[in-house]
Amino acid sequence: MATKENTPNAALLDYVLGVADDSLVLGQRVSEWLGHAPAMELDIACSNLALDLIGQAQLYYEYAAELDGQGKDADDLAYHRDAHEFRNHLLVEQTNGDFGKTVMRHYLFTLFSKMRAEGLAKSSDEKVAAIALKSVRELEYHLRFSSDWLRRLALGTDEGNRRVKEGLEDLWAFTFEMFKDVEAEESLYEAGVVPRPSSLKDAWNEQVAALLEEIAVAPSARKAAPTKGRVAGHHTEHLGHLLAELQFLQRAYPGLSW
Amino acid sequence: MYTTDLRTKEQKQKDQREAIAQVGEDDIAFQARIDDDQFIEPKDYMPEAYRKTLIRQIAQHAHSEIVGMLPEGNWVTRAPSLRRKLILIAKIQDEAGHGLYLYSAAETLGVSRDDLVQQLHEGKAKYSTIFNYPSLNWADIGAIGWLVDGAAITNQIPLCRTSYGPYARAMVRVCKEESFHQRQGYELMMAMAKGSEAQKQMAQDALNRWWWPSLMMFGPPDEESTHTAQSMAWKIKRFTNDELRQRFIDATIPQAEALGLTVPDPDLKWNEERGHYDYGDIDWDEFWSVVRGDGICARDRIQARVKAYDDGAWVREAAEAYAAKQQQSAEVA
Ligand SMILES: [Fe+2]
Ligand SMILES: [Fe+2]
Repeated sequence: MATKENTPNAALLDYVLGVADDSLVLGQRVSEWLGHAPAMELDIACSNLALDLIGQAQLYYEYAAELDGQGKDADDLAYHRDAHEFRNHLLVEQTNGDFGKTVMRHYLFTLFSKMRAEGLAKSSDEKVAAIALKSVRELEYHLRFSSDWLRRLALGTDEGNRRVKEGLEDLWAFTFEMFKDVEAEESLYEAGVVPRPSSLKDAWNEQVAALLEEIAVAPSARKAAPTKGRVAGHHTEHLGHLLAELQFLQRAYPGLSW
Repeated sequence: MYTTDLRTKEQKQKDQREAIAQVGEDDIAFQARIDDDQFIEPKDYMPEAYRKTLIRQIAQHAHSEIVGMLPEGNWVTRAPSLRRKLILIAKIQDEAGHGLYLYSAAETLGVSRDDLVQQLHEGKAKYSTIFNYPSLNWADIGAIGWLVDGAAITNQIPLCRTSYGPYARAMVRVCKEESFHQRQGYELMMAMAKGSEAQKQMAQDALNRWWWPSLMMFGPPDEESTHTAQSMAWKIKRFTNDELRQRFIDATIPQAEALGLTVPDPDLKWNEERGHYDYGDIDWDEFWSVVRGDGICARDRIQARVKAYDDGAWVREAAEAYAAKQQQSAEVA
């Protein structure tokens, strides 16, 4: 990949990998709830979310493998890259915490990823557009699910409100990264292949502010942490552990089919 | 089995004495309907002992579905391909659905899901012994689908015609999904058995550990199973434990052969005269020790369920309070 770093294909490959990594990492996190959710109905709901996300990841990885053109498949990309090569946003790798934090993470990220998918659905790259279009409908459900649960939790009881606020404080610093334009992606923004991250920022902020006001949760004053973030392969400590689990069998027994 | 009677001998005898003490005219009409293969519906008359037996059986089945998510959930985050991960998540989702569906069927008999769950958490209710065994390598996920879901189907297909309507209908849907799980589990075993030496070893190791516990799922041998006659008369049970066990073994051995794996039973051989496989002695001491709660995962399983429930209490409370507030403001408006 290093040799063709400046070709448009390489930029698109990196971008598509990032979207796939977002979906995989968040799907993996949500799947950790299975068998341990606060209610059996939520075991089922979390399965749905995880199935959608990992399904989306699979489609994006398949396309990334095609762009890569080195005979890899989706699993090679998901299971044989190390943490510094993962391009997911730091928000999605944050631990589940309690259900309030999980739902807050899901809301903050999905609101962004749905906007991103809507932009990608209009991409000049047909394959990206097709995958994104399919994902938009799933993400609409994710957004409804997470915002409905934020209402229930934060407006239901004082404890619910407090925990939702805690979740927001834990996560807010990681939201800024989602709207940072990436120099290597400039050509993609220019050509209308992918939406410019900074262009999503205002609408996102407006909607988050409106929801927080509705559910009586004060906005967070936390600022972005000084890190180069995902583009430089600088993650939080959590991603390494997540990948150690996710990739264990493929790493221990490479080259097999399962 | 998910539904196998796990009461002690003393408890069974006490229950039976109570049942016999109360036979009246209604009971005779009730039995006539069952003999006529009619379904009993929630509002119909039913003897107290029938209701009690059904509640125990359906609740135990529901608990088994829910606790059964844990040994499989143990591998979700480590599934070795995206495809396998998706299949496993979907399976666990189905099992949660089965649990909910069965708790609903039990609720038609006048108990609440909360009370049943409470009994599970307090160690007063049983669930299938099989889920107190650990899932140790990836092939265990295949073995569970192939053998455990396979054994469950063998037991549950006859229950699609069980006398209690809501239970029978739940079983129809559950069986469809279980047979899907069974095929996927077998397909996973096949991939492992035809794979590398290490994968083959995992598959064999999984079969070695899950074979006997799967046979135990059908419950104690018929001569020790005192309740069978009554449950058969009520058509809550339609075949004996040994009949079902034999049916499962006969269907499974050719599948194991096709995998090229060895079933860990030196006494296993085809009996031309009987038209069935003969098999070795089952270690019933092990079975009863797991029933008593000595299974290696027993405490872990219940603690995991209790933790999920307790940690989730604030979530359920908030959701209920929110729903109540919503209703209130709807009434005011
Ligand atoms: Fe099931
Ligand atoms: Fe199943």
